[in-house]
Amino acid sequence: MAAPALSETAMSTCILCILLVPLAGAGLSLIHSGLGRSHSAAHSMVAALYAISIAALVYFVCGFAWQGYPGRPAHSFLVAGKAWSWIAAEPFFFRGLEWNGSPSSLVACLQVFSVALAAVIPLGSGAGRWRLGPLCLSTALLAGWTYPLFAHWVWGGGWLAQLGVNYGLGRGFVDIGGSGTIQAVGGLTALAVAWVLGPRRGKYGHDGVPMAIPGHSAVLVLFACSLAWLGWLGLNSAGAILFAKIEPGRIVLVAVNTTLAAAAAVLMAAWITRSRFGKPDASICANGWVGGLVASSASCAVVTPLAAAATGAIAGALITFAVDWFENRLAADDPGGAISVHAVGGIWGLLSLGLFGRFPASAANLLPGVAPETDATWAGQPLAQVVGVATLIGFVFPLTYGLNWLLNRFYPQRAAPEGEHHGMDLHELGASAYPDFVTNIDDITQR
Amino acid sequence: MKLAGFFLLLAGWAIVLAALALLPPALPRVVFVAAGAALEVLGFALVARSHAAHPQEGW
Repeated sequence: MAAPALSETAMSTCILCILLVPLAGAGLSLIHSGLGRSHSAAHSMVAALYAISIAALVYFVCGFAWQGYPGRPAHSFLVAGKAWSWIAAEPFFFRGLEWNGSPSSLVACLQVFSVALAAVIPLGSGAGRWRLGPLCLSTALLAGWTYPLFAHWVWGGGWLAQLGVNYGLGRGFVDIGGSGTIQAVGGLTALAVAWVLGPRRGKYGHDGVPMAIPGHSAVLVLFACSLAWLGWLGLNSAGAILFAKIEPGRIVLVAVNTTLAAAAAVLMAAWITRSRFGKPDASICANGWVGGLVASSASCAVVTPLAAAATGAIAGALITFAVDWFENRLAADDPGGAISVHAVGGIWGLLSLGLFGRFPASAANLLPGVAPETDATWAGQPLAQVVGVATLIGFVFPLTYGLNWLLNRFYPQRAAPEGEHHGMDLHELGASAYPDFVTNIDDITQR
Repeated sequence: MKLAGFFLLLAGWAIVLAALALLPPALPRVVFVAAGAALEVLGFALVARSHAAHPQEGW
């Protein structure tokens, strides 16, 4: 059954919002570059361009074919009498789409930008040692398989979205702006990459204690937070129109919720780092800001502003401690904070929807016969979110880890030690990002 | 330890799916979904410990 067309206002608004999404990718790229070493800064930005390009092209070839759109062809199997749609059956190369502002064409456009955003996330954890060639292949696997598969389950009419209709779990697994589908998938891939690559040279001493390797430009990082903010306003708004079916006027709530979540997160991160270390930490504040944006995405259109601020504050706290935990306890060297911000923040965003989400009476995806306004549907929503999070951790993470591990067996992903020492800019690009800099600390100290 | 961890991750997810498909709504389903999630946490902890034990080595 074809989805009803959007109104002219909704379509125009959605297109404008979608066109803001690349700013989120630009922001993340700058954050990763700024939090890395100066001798790999250009490599980091080039890697982001490569990741965006590969992701967009591969998604065009086969990604949308496997993600699909609700009501369009898909493969299902029966489980105890219920249909579980597991992958779409769209034509490859976007054939079959009508480029007339139809909901499916808008989703395809949004997804090209979203998968590119997801592809940029792992660059944060692989900074300083991830070779460009294997990086491109890893991105192709993410954009061509891992992302579309999970996105079909959530946004393409798949079994996670149908948990409400099939099993009475609220409205099914809901993820309006992509806290899970984009951010957690990218963040879990970042964790897989960090572990497959191993830590940077000199990161951990012989006793396992991590050494601080500060980023080279706090200005880049903090400016990028503003770019990310604009991009997320577009991402959440477009997701709310296309996936939550909100009226364009309700975008005002989406924008307010997105901003309040980021604001509460950064202030929480600043307060915690000031309490622990005597001064607020700029890089963790930046991570907190983006983490608030990440957490806001899932529930941006279905929570009150107070709940959005609470979600952001909790995200800021979680991310601040997660950065410490992943580095110190789990030996996951993550220069850009991608794992903490996107995996932890994204998962919290999904769970917070189960706690704070209040759906309008017009919301769909309910068990047949259940009235939308009954609270009974709310009782199932937290469980639906838990099922989605369990799928991310129990299936998506092993899948993405396995693919990257397999890739590493045949095409080593890590740069040679001399490349890491001299910097990825010279090693892979033949030119430094900052040729006017006369000294680099590695020239005068041993790591 | 790493392989065992991944096995537990997948097993926990399978328990969650089985709970949805086979158990009646309310308490039994919630309990088994929680059990599956707990198994996943255990599996993740094993995978994480195996990496934390050898921080200098990639794979």
